[in-house]
Amino acid sequence: MANKILKKSDSFYAVYDRKPGEDKMNTHYCPGCGHGNIHKYVAEAIDELGIQDRTIIVSPVGCSVFIYYYFDLGNIQVAHGRAPAVATALKRAHPHAIVISYQGDGDLAAIGGNNIIQAANRGEQITVVFVNNAIYGMTGGQVAPTTLVGMKSSTTPRGRAIENEGYPMKVSELIAALTAPVYVERTALWDTSSRNKAKRSIKKALKAQMEGKGFTFCEIMSPCPSGWKLTPAQSLEWMKENMGAYYKVGVLRDEIKTREPIIKEKKTVTSKEIQEVLGTDIKPSEHYPTNPEDRYKNPSMKFAGFGGQGVLSLGTMLANAAMEQGFNSSWIPSYGPEMRGGTAYCFVNISDKEIGSPTVSNPDLLVAFNRPSLEKFEGDVKPGGIIMYDSTIIDVQPTRDDVEILAVPATGIAESLGNIRCANTVMAGVYLAKTKIMAKEALIQTLPKAIKKKHLIDLNIHALEKGFEFIENN
Amino acid sequence: MAVLEEAKIVVEHDQCKGCTLCIIACPKDVIIQLSSFNTKGYHPVEYKGEGCTGCGICFYACPEPGAIIVYKKGAVVE
Ligand SMILES: Cc1ncc(C[n+]2csc(CCOP(=O)(O)OP(=O)(O)O)c2C)c(N)n1
Ligand code: SF4
Ligand code: SF4
Ligand code: SF4
Repeated sequence: MANKILKKSDSFYAVYDRKPGEDKMNTHYCPGCGHGNIHKYVAEAIDELGIQDRTIIVSPVGCSVFIYYYFDLGNIQVAHGRAPAVATALKRAHPHAIVISYQGDGDLAAIGGNNIIQAANRGEQITVVFVNNAIYGMTGGQVAPTTLVGMKSSTTPRGRAIENEGYPMKVSELIAALTAPVYVERTALWDTSSRNKAKRSIKKALKAQMEGKGFTFCEIMSPCPSGWKLTPAQSLEWMKENMGAYYKVGVLRDEIKTREPIIKEKKTVTSKEIQEVLGTDIKPSEHYPTNPEDRYKNPSMKFAGFGGQGVLSLGTMLANAAMEQGFNSSWIPSYGPEMRGGTAYCFVNISDKEIGSPTVSNPDLLVAFNRPSLEKFEGDVKPGGIIMYDSTIIDVQPTRDDVEILAVPATGIAESLGNIRCANTVMAGVYLAKTKIMAKEALIQTLPKAIKKKHLIDLNIHALEKGFEFIENN
Repeated sequence: MAVLEEAKIVVEHDQCKGCTLCIIACPKDVIIQLSSFNTKGYHPVEYKGEGCTGCGICFYACPEPGAIIVYKKGAVVE
């Protein structure tokens, strides 16, 4: 008997518990806003197709950002304009899921213009619900790519002018110019018959997605009474007369019947395959237990210098070796504007506990390879921590007196070995010898991961040993 | 339990934003706007009490998911 009663769809929450504030029963939309209608049509189509338990709706930035307050579906709220990219990922990872990219015209046609074109061109098996209200609603009525010529907005107070803002963008026509999309239709919400078409269009697109037919695109012209500064009733008339004259309703592509379905299976990737791709599939031959003093355990580190001094690979060496020895480790780089010459630094954490954040504001260890890095970061080191600096290159001394300071002529030592580029490995040796957090051998067995050129491996083993000797002799 | 002999709509007053889109859409002209305010500060609408055919047009014209419930003739209600 359910069809004898028209009421809120099951795909909506009965009570909008996720919505902050007192009012858990109403949407946040302005009176007469078309988002609400379109939500209802999407929800009803999902109910009727029986896909609530496998539908994921990706919400945009715009007035519909809070879709997850209302829909009892899977949801990811994404960065402005990026819904098609996230929808792509969701669909590829979960081919059985029904994925909806719900977007406004600012989101889809302005900042996300390339995202939607590429997703459409790839023929991603997603359904895009494109709410065209010819304006940026959420931010207070600025011009959108879809704003009509002459239409006033807060950023086109004299009306959109072709010579300034160009012609209103016919997005469905753009999408339909591509070969891949299987279904493209523009509908509207200005009267009963147009609303019925909008409703049917959404259901048709979702059904085509269920059948594995390909990329489906539903543009719906929708009122924004607040942005248009009209009453809800006036909005419908204005929309029909003006938007309807420029944006033609109708089907721009429908090859649903003739396209062969492509039913994709969920791809699983083994961790071995991932390791092969990342080049981390070298198994350690041995585990080397060590017993550092407590103050050296679980260090957070920062390595800094000029790009090209091997700062980043020093970090990777230690993080890799630590991982192989059964620690948790993280490595995250940060580059200056240029890869070579600019300052480069990276953060490394090594821990026998889980690592919460890979970034390090106050390191236990700072390794500085140039003067600017030393001067910039020495103040950040935790009291009781260690500062190691390349005394061949840096002609000043750290000023801190509450940390251990090691002046290591790393570049000088490396030069004596015939290649200054192994100064980073000298530092690694010094650090390991000093703290004993890992054995020399632990690093040696993972060197091939950090150093791709085989003939340099011996040199680096040598450099590592020189680092150990430095501590032994000092 | 009862079987409705006539179609009707029920408006949840506090979910109505008074946008009047249902009134404009109703082919039978059986929805009116009240002069009183609801708790949200809007003038909600109300069914006139007779003449509804249960066509559902107002339901799809209304943007609020829960504001209007349409009972078609023959619907079973508590
Ligand atoms: C990266 C970024 N740039 C800009 C903004 C500001 N912003 C928020 S919503 C919006 C436009 C929304 O317009 P539309 O997509 O048409 O959705 P509507 O609100 O009209 O439904 C903009 C520009 C933002 N949040 N993030
Ligand atoms: S500003 Fe426009 S799009 Fe946003 S909720 Fe209000 S009417 Fe809807
Ligand atoms: S169901 Fe049809 S007749 Fe009844 S109130 Fe709604 S629009 Fe009017
Ligand atoms: S369309 Fe819905 S929100 Fe608008 S007046 Fe009618 S019942 Fe109220």
